[in-house]
Amino acid sequence: MKVRLNLYTRFERFWHWFQAFLIIFLLVTGFEVHGSCKIFGYANACSWHNLAGMTLLVLTAFAIFWHLTTGQWRHYRPSFENIQKIIAYYLVGIMRGEHHPFHKSEECKLNPLQALSYLFLKVVLMPLQLGSGLLYYYYNDWLNWGWAARLDGVAFLHTAMAFAVLLFLAVHIYMSTTGGTLFSYTQSMITGWEEVDNGIMNEEKSPIR
Amino acid sequence: MDVKGLNYSCTSCHVTKAHQISGRCYSQPAPNKHQLALPKDDGERLACESCHSRSPHKKAELLNHHTDKVACQTCHIPSYARGGVFTKMWWDWSTAGKFDETGKAIVKKDEYGNLLFHSKKGDMGWALDVEPEYGWYNGSMSYFRASDKIPQGIEKIEINSLKGDYEDPKARIFPFKIMRGKQPYDPENRTLVIPYLAGKKGTGAYWGEYDWQKAAAVGMREAGLPFSGKVDFIESDMYWPITHMVAPKEQALSCEACHSRNGRLANLDGFYLPGRDRWPWLDRLAWMALGLTLLGLLLHGGLRFISSGRKKGGQS
Repeated sequence: MKVRLNLYTRFERFWHWFQAFLIIFLLVTGFEVHGSCKIFGYANACSWHNLAGMTLLVLTAFAIFWHLTTGQWRHYRPSFENIQKIIAYYLVGIMRGEHHPFHKSEECKLNPLQALSYLFLKVVLMPLQLGSGLLYYYYNDWLNWGWAARLDGVAFLHTAMAFAVLLFLAVHIYMSTTGGTLFSYTQSMITGWEEVDNGIMNEEKSPIR
Repeated sequence: MDVKGLNYSCTSCHVTKAHQISGRCYSQPAPNKHQLALPKDDGERLACESCHSRSPHKKAELLNHHTDKVACQTCHIPSYARGGVFTKMWWDWSTAGKFDETGKAIVKKDEYGNLLFHSKKGDMGWALDVEPEYGWYNGSMSYFRASDKIPQGIEKIEINSLKGDYEDPKARIFPFKIMRGKQPYDPENRTLVIPYLAGKKGTGAYWGEYDWQKAAAVGMREAGLPFSGKVDFIESDMYWPITHMVAPKEQALSCEACHSRNGRLANLDGFYLPGRDRWPWLDRLAWMALGLTLLGLLLHGGLRFISSGRKKGGQS
């Protein structure tokens, strides 16, 4: 049975889209600094990249606070339950018009595969990327900190992670088209409301009112 | 200089004290973090930083992040020999001593009056508006001395060579004119020779008799250095730090001059320069992974599209 749920709160939506903008902008300016493209000019790319990076750090601080205080972090607890079914759905079931084996609810709005990949993004990719970016920014102060490292290592990590984020972004955008219609997931990320199948057949009496 | 503006004379920077003219490039290290040439430090003002400080860029803090590794001159002197005055780039002594059929000195000049050949001096090359060459430089040089041996198998010597590298906290990237040429040397003893150059016929002077062997024998004897009696020529480089002819700030180098794949610092290795350096295998691997991913997604999307069409077709 289809029900309409308000899954994404106002802050979460703001955070998601602002972060999306910043990450895409950081990728474009970052790859210009890397020498892969020419769009804004090196000087602009470099200073705007720094500005966007610092903004993302602040936004992330707010997001962490939000996750902890609202208990939303619970959605990202890793679980491997039914993960094979979900993978099988995306590989085969989706072609056959089967229903998604996972049923979203306000208590659990991310399917295990989704939760795992977001968790990886949040606790591995983003910390490494923001951390190496911050270190990179303070390159001139390393000697004052008594840290005689070379730029190579940090630059390598920052570049490699940027590619990883780009890969994530490509898959993430594609996955957003796998809802009821091509844009239904995107729409619910804008409005907050999503029409979900609660897994209860229409014929049966719903225990939830 | 800059008559309508600051109207500087030489001594505005080259301050003299008790007949000592300040000048840093040759004998003293360029200013660094611990040795800033402020008047209070040594009573002499001669570095850019003496007046401008180490963080002179007010509107672009990012540029101030460069001053520990990049000398002011590197960006602010985009080229030398500007303003229509030629600079000598090449001096080949090996071709000197040739005269015309009547035995008179040959003098060749280009259309601007630059000397291209003279029987007394050999071939010369000139240039205008020259892009400097860059090197790590901590303010000290080592010099090739008259007694130093030229190593076997070397086709070119550095008359002076730069000290410092990326790891040296006192070294910064600095612009240089490299004066190139060919010098007489002793191929047996493998040393440069000191020829006796200007003198009358009969003294052995090169400009008197045009005989390198005789000129070198006299010069080396005077210098008290061994000489085998043979003279050949070897190419030489000499580094001249570029520090004058600072351009108006609008003409300073842009970031891309160095932060690009084939920029001015393309040959300066040993450190990571954003925009120039990358790990080609990482880039290749990553773009390939991205390409395969997009291909996979396209395939998946295509299959979804086809299967949804078939379902609809079946239903209707």
